[in-house]
Amino acid sequence: MDRTGSRIRARRLDAKIAQRDLAQTVGISASYLNLIEHDRRRIGGKLLSQIAAALGLDQALLAEGADAGLVGRMRAAAGVADAQMVEAPQTADLAARYPGWARLIVAQADQIAALNQRAQMLEDRITHDPALATALHGVISAVTSIQSTAAILTGDTKVDADWQARFHRNIFEDATRLAQTSAALIAYFDAPANGAPVSLSPLEEMEQALFQTGFHRAAQERGGKSAAPDDPPLGPGAAGLLADYDARYSADTAALPLATFVPAAKAVGYDPLRLSAQMGRPLAQVMRRLASLPGDVDAPPLGLVICDAAGVVRLLKSVPGLELSRAGLCPLWPVFTALGQPGRAVAGPVVLPGAPEVRLTCHAIADVAAHPDGPHMPPLIEATMLLRPDDGPDDGPAVAAPIPVGAGCRLCPRAQCPARREPAVVSLEPSL
Amino acid sequence: MARRVLLIEDEPNIIEAISFILSRDGFTVHTHENGESAMDKVRAQRPDMIILDAMLPGKSGFDILRELRADPVTSNLPVLMLTARGQAKDRELAIRLGADVFMTKPFSNAEICAQVRALIGDDVPRDRPA
Repeated sequence: MDRTGSRIRARRLDAKIAQRDLAQTVGISASYLNLIEHDRRRIGGKLLSQIAAALGLDQALLAEGADAGLVGRMRAAAGVADAQMVEAPQTADLAARYPGWARLIVAQADQIAALNQRAQMLEDRITHDPALATALHGVISAVTSIQSTAAILTGDTKVDADWQARFHRNIFEDATRLAQTSAALIAYFDAPANGAPVSLSPLEEMEQALFQTGFHRAAQERGGKSAAPDDPPLGPGAAGLLADYDARYSADTAALPLATFVPAAKAVGYDPLRLSAQMGRPLAQVMRRLASLPGDVDAPPLGLVICDAAGVVRLLKSVPGLELSRAGLCPLWPVFTALGQPGRAVAGPVVLPGAPEVRLTCHAIADVAAHPDGPHMPPLIEATMLLRPDDGPDDGPAVAAPIPVGAGCRLCPRAQCPARREPAVVSLEPSL
Repeated sequence: MARRVLLIEDEPNIIEAISFILSRDGFTVHTHENGESAMDKVRAQRPDMIILDAMLPGKSGFDILRELRADPVTSNLPVLMLTARGQAKDRELAIRLGADVFMTKPFSNAEICAQVRALIGDDVPRDRPA
């Protein structure tokens, strides 16, 4: 039902304009305006334009109501916050009446979500980062050695010259190591003035910049070739990586513009295999586009992993609520299986340990490109994997049993996993 | 005959310090730096007690302790566990797995000597009850 009339009435009342005054302004009778306002007469064209101008509003806002995407994002923001607090039935009305406030609500909700995720990432990193745990262990070990050795040298029992020399050398070595590790830890915890966490590598720094926009690059979507003006300042290494990302992103955009890609993706339920076949584009490219859809597209949360032939992760976009570490990723993930069968898609469910278990559907494929220096050089292989959380119990056809994967051997509690390559940070046998 | 201590620790300077103070106290100290082959060393050396670091390359000290207690030959072998992680859950895990003593780093030389003497000193019978 066309509710243009109702919107006109609401905006008129907001502006505290009498019905007869508005009618007179646009040259119609008050009774005709009353019929319009109660949606008993359709309105368009010149008269709608005149009424919009009299009310100081955009004509499209009256004709179409609030942006459906904006309303959806407002509802999503209410869903994250205490739903009892908001007047949900009036969401569309609020967005139509006060679009600026509505966009502010959405922007603040997005910022809150990003800050929460960043805080969780930092907390998880401090608690579970194997590199940090190793560094702290190194500090304690150095301090222990220095204390014990110094106690020997300063104790009551005489120490012969050879042992004195050895212990003095040991103290020097441990003190040097302690100083270096302490400096590295201070740098790790020392955040810059803008509050952004310090990255440990250019790759992580680039991903943090991409995380701010969900890996979506609006400037490149509009045909831009360089970094967006609102991109955070990056070190030279990260800036170079981002430039490479943008170059590929631009090529993907040209091949799969959003205007056609989004409806096609929605029509196939964001299934990358079907989408790739339908659009005649490489599966890896389709997966990259799916993982970088703008936030106002009503798509499921999608993660992305890209690795090279050595299994080193070159790009990592985690699924919201599931933080994967690029260091020591579990070898059972489909992205690594795909490396063993280049050109052939790997698809299926995986399950991560936990209570409750986390289940995802993954698609992966490895692409092979010739080395630019000639056929005598090894080919360049890159594997891409798209991750999508399962929606819940599926009453459809039975699917393959999920592959048990983990977040990495150092963090995984699956003690008996045949693919385990190193012990966990703590022994987590469920029998204990 | 001097009691034999097997020190399983991967930090070389800590190995030197502990070896020095225990040797000075009359104990024979053998050392091993890798967790993966630690059980082989235990079976070969047949020490009177083990000082075991929790974080080792190859296999954690907790896993080694579990294997020690699962083996009838070593189930009663005194174990002093050393760790840089002093959280209560680590202490509880070590005790639950069967460590006789749990000490956090950094430790005092006098304390570690006292603990070793308490476990296998001259006043402690060689054959500990099961």
